[in-house]
Amino acid sequence: MGRITLENVTKRFGDVEVIPPLNLDINDGEFVVFVGPSGCGKSTLLRLIAGLEDTSGGRILIDGQDATSTPPAKRGLAMVFQSYALYPHMSVRKNIAFPMRMAGVPQDEQDRRIESAAKALNLTNYLDRKPGQLSGGQRQRVAIGRAIVREPSAFLFDEPLSNLDAALRVGMRLEISELHNRLETTMIYVTHDQVEAMTMADKIVVLQAGRIEQVGSPMELYRAPRNLFVAGFIGSPRMNLIDGPAAAEYDATTIGVRPEHIAVSGTEGKWKGRIGVSEHLGSDTFFYVEDTGLAETITVRAGGDIDLHHGDTVWLSPDIAQMHRFDANGDRIA
Amino acid sequence: MATRQTASLARLMRAPAIILLLIWMIVPLGMTLYYSFLNYNLLNPAGTSWAGWFNYRYFYTDPAFFDAIRNTLVLVLGVLVITVVGGIAIALLIDKPIWGQGIVRILIISPFFVMPPVAALIWKNMIMHPSYGVFADLAQVLGMQPVDWFAQFPLTSIIVIVAWQWLPFATLILLTSLQSLDGEQMEAAEMDGASALSRFIHLTLPHMARAITVVILIQTIFLLGIYAEILVTTNGGPGNASTNLTYLIYRAARLNFDIGGAAAGGIIAVILANLVAIFLMRAVGKNLD
Repeated sequence: MGRITLENVTKRFGDVEVIPPLNLDINDGEFVVFVGPSGCGKSTLLRLIAGLEDTSGGRILIDGQDATSTPPAKRGLAMVFQSYALYPHMSVRKNIAFPMRMAGVPQDEQDRRIESAAKALNLTNYLDRKPGQLSGGQRQRVAIGRAIVREPSAFLFDEPLSNLDAALRVGMRLEISELHNRLETTMIYVTHDQVEAMTMADKIVVLQAGRIEQVGSPMELYRAPRNLFVAGFIGSPRMNLIDGPAAAEYDATTIGVRPEHIAVSGTEGKWKGRIGVSEHLGSDTFFYVEDTGLAETITVRAGGDIDLHHGDTVWLSPDIAQMHRFDANGDRIA
Repeated sequence: MATRQTASLARLMRAPAIILLLIWMIVPLGMTLYYSFLNYNLLNPAGTSWAGWFNYRYFYTDPAFFDAIRNTLVLVLGVLVITVVGGIAIALLIDKPIWGQGIVRILIISPFFVMPPVAALIWKNMIMHPSYGVFADLAQVLGMQPVDWFAQFPLTSIIVIVAWQWLPFATLILLTSLQSLDGEQMEAAEMDGASALSRFIHLTLPHMARAITVVILIQTIFLLGIYAEILVTTNGGPGNASTNLTYLIYRAARLNFDIGGAAAGGIIAVILANLVAIFLMRAVGKNLD
């Protein structure tokens, strides 16, 4: 079981309110990703749930029990830290055993859980090494192993992949998703990388300045961002946001069109521009179109074999069905 | 090839410093060794003659000799225990953010800046003195008989004075080590269900192991040579109760003007220091890797 409910949870550091009253429901077995720019309070929120920070107001319920003033160890949650926080003088085996040792789990039960965690995480050959002798990805797996053996009701991940190189990050992303499918335990995952959020989450919570901007499944957020912030944050490359007369034409203050929803043509179309940088990735081509009079640059995705290059004049046509319209407050017009 | 050239060039560049240090060490050691086999007394320098092992036998059969070795070891061990345990405790306390932290830290470090004879005299005349001392006042307030520290507990008194002087050093080194402890590790342990005590035992202490080793090794070097504090307080007495090896050598050299005997004592002190060093490196040296 791992149902977590936040009721009007507030956090202040002195006079600064980093998290205004916030409500959120996390269902059992869900993979929830907190995403937002640096300093948006997502890590603070995670630490409040973990119990590493005290709330300034509101209640945290875990499986229906008020856990607001329960010490971290008693909440039944396990956390994986950004720096992995492994104990450097202990072997991998001892690191993984540590929470069980503290809980007084019998030795044979400890060994059994260590073996199964090590097998699941490909750590069997490294159990007697010290963390200093492991690579970044292996350390990350040890940190996850230390969390798994506690058999927690929910896992908390605080930007666990940000210290890894790009290739490893993709691999670990898959491993964590796989782990979630296998364990079916609630996971709360903090990241600033919207790609991680889109690929892993059942439910994304977009945060800005401590406020929840939108909660929903990745595709909901992609298809119907509730405001300009979410529109600009979710999706890669970013959505093109256009205001002025071009937007007024569609009865909106701002319109948003994703790069993949703009057709590009060398001969005809709605908006005229000139290709600045073009990135040919093989499968796709991204054009950064300048001099359109709409915005500084308009990003456009086209097919991999399109024959247009830097300096060419092009015409762009937005897919009106996929266009997002926003009012003067930046909120979505339904 | 290039690396071999660099290596031999490095050896060549290092050589002058190493040779200088070697001479610096070997000449006094050689002279001491030479004198230790001579009958050489400053009261009768003309009568200098070869003594063989006599000086060593003389030193060895001196009833003060084994007392001195025991006192030396007790002094070193006592001060080490107080400074390491006390140093860890104070470091833990002043590591926490408190009001006036800077001033508290300076106050705690300041005893280290007082030179040993001055510190010992302050303790002797203002703190431990049976009639003027603070301790005597305290005893009187509590209605107890004041303690004559240097007469009743001479070695303990000296251990307390020396520990007071070295506590700041230990605290300082241990504090820096404590400050380099990763906060996320502590939080991870907290989430793992470790109590404050288990966090201290399983995380803080192992993290500080290297610093503790440094404190022990450096302090031992200096504590084996404690001398000024004894000279200005107890003069090694009563009897030999607070005489350590260094003080015994001083007595031979400067009170009896027996250069040969003092040199033999010096060589014995060197051997003792090496034994202690070997023991320490075996016991705690692995923490330095």
